[in-house]
Formats: sequence, structure tokens, C-alpha cells
Amino acid sequence: MTYFEFLNEHGVTLLLGTVTTVKVLVCSMILYVVISMIFGLMRLSKNLFIQGIATVYIEFFRGTSLLVQLFWAYYVLPFFGISLEAFTAGVVALGLNFGAYGAEIVRAGILAVPRGQWEAAHALNFTPSKRIKRIIIPQIFPIILPPAANLTVELLKATALVALVTVVDLTFEAKQINSITWLSAQCFGTALLIYYIMARFALVPFLRWLEVLAARKVGKEKI
Amino acid sequence: MEMGWRWDFAIEILPKMAVATFNTILAAGVGYAIALVVGLFFLLGQRTPSKIINWINREIVEFIRSTPLLIQLFFVYFVLPQFGITLSAWVCGMITIGLHFGTYLSEVYRGALEGVSKTQWEACRALNFSTLYTYRRIVLPQAFPIAIPGMGNYLVGIFKDTPLLSTIGVAELFHAATAVGGYNYRYLEPYTIVGVIFLTLSIPAAMWVRKLEKDVNKAQGKIKK
Repeated sequence: MTYFEFLNEHGVTLLLGTVTTVKVLVCSMILYVVISMIFGLMRLSKNLFIQGIATVYIEFFRGTSLLVQLFWAYYVLPFFGISLEAFTAGVVALGLNFGAYGAEIVRAGILAVPRGQWEAAHALNFTPSKRIKRIIIPQIFPIILPPAANLTVELLKATALVALVTVVDLTFEAKQINSITWLSAQCFGTALLIYYIMARFALVPFLRWLEVLAARKVGKEKI
Repeated sequence: MEMGWRWDFAIEILPKMAVATFNTILAAGVGYAIALVVGLFFLLGQRTPSKIINWINREIVEFIRSTPLLIQLFFVYFVLPQFGITLSAWVCGMITIGLHFGTYLSEVYRGALEGVSKTQWEACRALNFSTLYTYRRIVLPQAFPIAIPGMGNYLVGIFKDTPLLSTIGVAELFHAATAVGGYNYRYLEPYTIVGVIFLTLSIPAAMWVRKLEKDVNKAQGKIKK
């Protein structure tokens, strides 16, 4: 069987799997960005209780393996009466795991905003919430986007794991086709290529565009 | 089926999990050792004067870095036998982890080498040291401390990615938990124990890396002054 025949027969299945992968990616991306923002700010709170919650959350999710968290969400939560669909469990586990890493990036980004900005906002008598929302947050994007871009590529790679909790994504389809046809080189090779193309020619250019946009917003042209 | 946590079951499976933990640590250690060496080769490819080799090296690194470890594992495990190379799951797993994280480590090495000031090289030129001598006695001793935090981070990273090995049948911690869980139809205790073991091993490791990072920063600050 030539490679062309293989694509002819299984290409559509793989593409359908790719659509699911993109869905998982987009959903977990939104979730992780929101979580990182919230917990990154909580981590900097002066209230020890709030700060403690954020620290425990971050250490817990960074300390255990994503696969363990995924299986826990899918196979163990039902023991507590919470049955999540495979897709939901996957997105939630990915979002929580990457949110912990993202929160650290957000924290570092906020700390990297020059002190003078805080002082100026203080001097102009902005309320604390306004200070964060209008002065600090807009300035952290050029700082946090490069590391966040790396993390997002890692997220795309990590979405492959949801196949192991029966989400029918690209990895799942590749595995399925492999077990039917045993054309391992073709199906896993194609899957690798699709992931590579998604990362290199779609996700990374998109994130670079965001970086340029963020730099322009604060008046720093990106060279 | 009982819904809550069962201590008797947890204690019953604990010895099995402990043995599997040893395998996990072994897998992480061996994978890391391979990755350290592979990283050196990628670094060499990056620093050779030949533009073509540089380009090929960069493309390979980019490809490995932007595709999931899971599928790379499947690829190595299922495709190599079709070319007449039959390796055990352990060997496949170690090779794949070594290759995957080798690309990351080569970046750590590169950053560390670039972290050594250019003037050091110039001084060595002026003193007529050979390239080998310059690397061995001047550059590497300064680059190594810079690389330590990154290297430590990837050790923890590999440790946390070892559960993926269970998908091709390496009998590590996660594999044991899945087997025990499937046999008894109880996943609560096995997976929770896995999580706790991971936490108790990786949080101290991460703290140790952070301390190393601080020490390195401090030592460098002293050199600068």
C-alpha cells in the first residue's frame, strides 16, 4: 500500500481527529489563561490565606504528573459522584495543570513591571483594583507572552494525552488505525507531521503575532 | 462496591507500588543520563561551522520539540520492529525520552555557553590557549553553574513524564497502578497513591533545584563583584 493510498483511506479520519485536538487545545487554552491570571494574582496577594491557597494549588499541580491528574479526573472523580465526560475531564485536567505553570509566569510578569509604574499609579490616587486592571495588567503582556508561547506549544503536545482517557483526538485515531492496519510508520508518522505543522505553522505564528500586538499596545515596537 | 477510601486496600497494594516506584526512578535516571549525552550531540551539531549541518540539526530539534512525546513513543515502539529492529519497551522508552529531552537540554547547554562572557574567549586567544584548553579550563567551568538550574528542571520534568512509558508497557509506577486498579475495579486508591508518591518525590526535588538556582545566582554575583 503506497502512502498516497493510505492517506486516501485514512486521511479523513485523521483530519477529524485533528479537529477534536484543536477543540481540546482551544478550550484548555482559554481555561489555563483564565486560571493563570487568577492564581498569578492570588499568589501576589498580601492576604496570607489567599496566597496560601494559590501556593498549594500551584505546587500540587506542578508536583504531580499530568497523566496522573488526567486519570484521576476521569477514573477517580466518579467515586466521589462527579462523573465528567472524557472531553470535559481532559480539558479540565489540562487547564488546571497548565494553569499552575501559567500562574508562575503571570506572577513573574507582574513582578517585572517597573516599580515606578506602581508608584505613579499610587501617586495618581488609583484604587488598588484600577491600578492592577488599567496600569499593571496591560504592561505584563509583552513580558509574559514569550514564556507563555512556549507553554502553549507544550499544551498542544500535552493534548495528545487526552487520547488515553478515550477522547477521540488525533492520537486516538492514529492508535486506532494502527491497531487495524498495522501500518505504524504511516499512521504515527502522519500524526507526528500533523502535530508539527499545527505547532510550527499555525500556533507559533499566531503567538508571535500576539507578541507583536502586545508590544505595539504598550508602545514598544518589536524588532 | 464501596465508594469511600479503603485503608485496607491501600495498605495491601502499597508494597507493589513501592517496587514500581523504584522502576520509575530508574527510568527517570536512565532516561536523564541518555538525554544529557544526546543534548551534547545536538549542541555539537549546532556549533559546527558547517551551515548545512546547523540547519539540519535545528530542523530535527524543532521537529522533536514540537511533537508529542506520546506519539514519539508509539512511533519508536511500533515502527522499529517493521525494520527488523525489535527492542524491549524499556529500551524504546529510554531512547525516546533521551531524544526528546536531549533537544531541550541542548538548549540549556547553548544558553549556558552563551552566558559566558565573550571577553573570556578573547582573553584566552590573547594568552594563546588552544581551543580545547579554553573549553576545558576556562569556559566550561564557568558555563556549568549556569546550566545547573535548567538541567535540574528537566530532571524533574523527565520524572513527571515517565508515566507515559506505561502506554507501551513499561512496568513503572503508573503502569502498576493501572494494573492493580483494573484487577480490583478500584482506581481511587492506586491513582491517589501514585499522585502522593509523585508529590513527595518531586516537590523536594523542585525545592532542591530552586535552592541550586539561588546558590548559582549568589556565586555569580560574587564573581561579578
